[in-house]
Amino acid sequence: MRIGIVCPYTWNVPGGVQSHIRDLAEALIDLRHQVSVISPADDDVPLPDYVVPAGRAVPVPYNGSVARLSFGFRPASRVRRWIRDGDFDVLHVHEPATASLSLLACWVATGPIVATVHTANPRSRLMHAAEPMLQSALEKISARIAVSEAARTTLVEHLGGDAVLIPNGVAVRKYAKADPLPGWPGPGGAIGFLGRLDESRKGLSVLLRAFESIGPSRPGLRLLIAGPGDAAEALGQVSAALRDRVVFLGMVSEEDKVRVLHSVDVFCAPNTGGESFGIVLAEAMAAGAPIIASDLEAFRRVLRGGQAGELFAVGDAADLARAAERLLDDPQRRASLSAAACEAVRDYDWPVVARAVVQVYETVVAGGSRVRVVAAALGR
Amino acid sequence: MLTIFLIVAIAVFAAVYVSWRAGRLDRLHARIEATRAALDAALLRRNCVAVELAASGLLDPATSVLLAGAAHDARAGSRPRELAESDLSRTLRAAFGQPDFRISLSGAEGAEELLTELEAAAHQVFLARKFYNEAVSATISARRRFLVRALRLSGRASAPEFFDIDDSLVAGTSGDGTDMPRLTGRPSERPWS
Repeated sequence: MRIGIVCPYTWNVPGGVQSHIRDLAEALIDLRHQVSVISPADDDVPLPDYVVPAGRAVPVPYNGSVARLSFGFRPASRVRRWIRDGDFDVLHVHEPATASLSLLACWVATGPIVATVHTANPRSRLMHAAEPMLQSALEKISARIAVSEAARTTLVEHLGGDAVLIPNGVAVRKYAKADPLPGWPGPGGAIGFLGRLDESRKGLSVLLRAFESIGPSRPGLRLLIAGPGDAAEALGQVSAALRDRVVFLGMVSEEDKVRVLHSVDVFCAPNTGGESFGIVLAEAMAAGAPIIASDLEAFRRVLRGGQAGELFAVGDAADLARAAERLLDDPQRRASLSAAACEAVRDYDWPVVARAVVQVYETVVAGGSRVRVVAAALGR
Repeated sequence: MLTIFLIVAIAVFAAVYVSWRAGRLDRLHARIEATRAALDAALLRRNCVAVELAASGLLDPATSVLLAGAAHDARAGSRPRELAESDLSRTLRAAFGQPDFRISLSGAEGAEELLTELEAAAHQVFLARKFYNEAVSATISARRRFLVRALRLSGRASAPEFFDIDDSLVAGTSGDGTDMPRLTGRPSERPWS
């Protein structure tokens, strides 16, 4: 199938949407589809050969902050030419309601259009003011995909219509191998945590309470914590004697995140709710980390009812402590959980996710038409 | 002179605007036709795979007869299509819901391919129906607009109708709260639940 993908944000700036598109495009290419991605890009930046640059994005105030977006007649005519030359079976736009390349693509194209919605935004004034213009472009989309339940809810409330839920994939390959951080996990063992420190749903305080109870009897045991938030405040929840064994890394890069997962004996996901899918867990599983996690429904599903990781009662520090001690004292059990996790995470690998996306493509392509540019300016 | 110019300008503007609105509506009708064609193709494909499964000799005779009968009814058009297609979904669910259904078939030649194809076909029905109904609801709300009704912009196109069937034999297959079909080819823990 010939697939044209539109990326609304500058390709070489790190971001969730960009990495989603990169991983999806590469998985589709591996499935032997012909893929072309058009994206704003800075000059002189090397691009993969499947990416077509649409020119520089311009910083503008947008939704209360500054975003780099692509708009105006020049990018529109580049998108037009790209669609004409590409002769695509299906056009896949990302974040169609953002005032950037994707919206332009909806304007100039007709035929099978699939859109993926990533973010969950509260209703913005801008979206309200621009609704008639948005509506005429968005009416052309024949299938919508949401990457999370929250994104689907936003879509339904703000733009109407419904969406199919297909989660982000996990690039299992990229997590499989990494060097541990120097000095980790260390002889006394280490427990890892990833996530915002100050968001109570992420459950860091549950883990800290558990550490408070098992820390004193295990002199070498350390905690490795990565994520944005106020480390000093979190450290305040730990008694003074244990503080030097709780290490905060702050916000880490993608590569360091993988290294963190390889630096611990046990990875802990003490979330107390609000997780619809459990991407943190899927990433830890891809790295082969032995996992203890809250017994949330989403987590139980991802961990296959506890086969691929141990579950403890949600918010129960004592239960967490027991599960952690069991694993820390049993290297064999850790190895078998690690192997089970690597096996189970394959359900969330990009090739599987990409096949689900291809099924959406096939459904809209079955309507019989191809992607074309609309003839006249007024045809929009 | 100026008055004439203004009148002409307003008339031209109004004409352009109305034709733009008519174009939008036309595109929505085209979207309905395309999604409807996709839905027909998906239903037909599911029907074919169900018939192939019934004729494959993999199942016991009673299940085969039930399945072939439901597929025939869905195709024959003797009953309202939505009812007949829903019955096919229910029959498939009943067949797949038998205890140890998948385990009893594992190892039989061609069984895994057929079941995987049936799962994919059923998922396609779920997707196609969703996209069609979305197009219908967008069109219905566009046709309710004042300008569209006043100028009869929808012309002779008949009012679109939702297609409502029970296609839930897929809704639970992924088991992880998402609309991902199980495509890994492994027996599902909760098939068709």
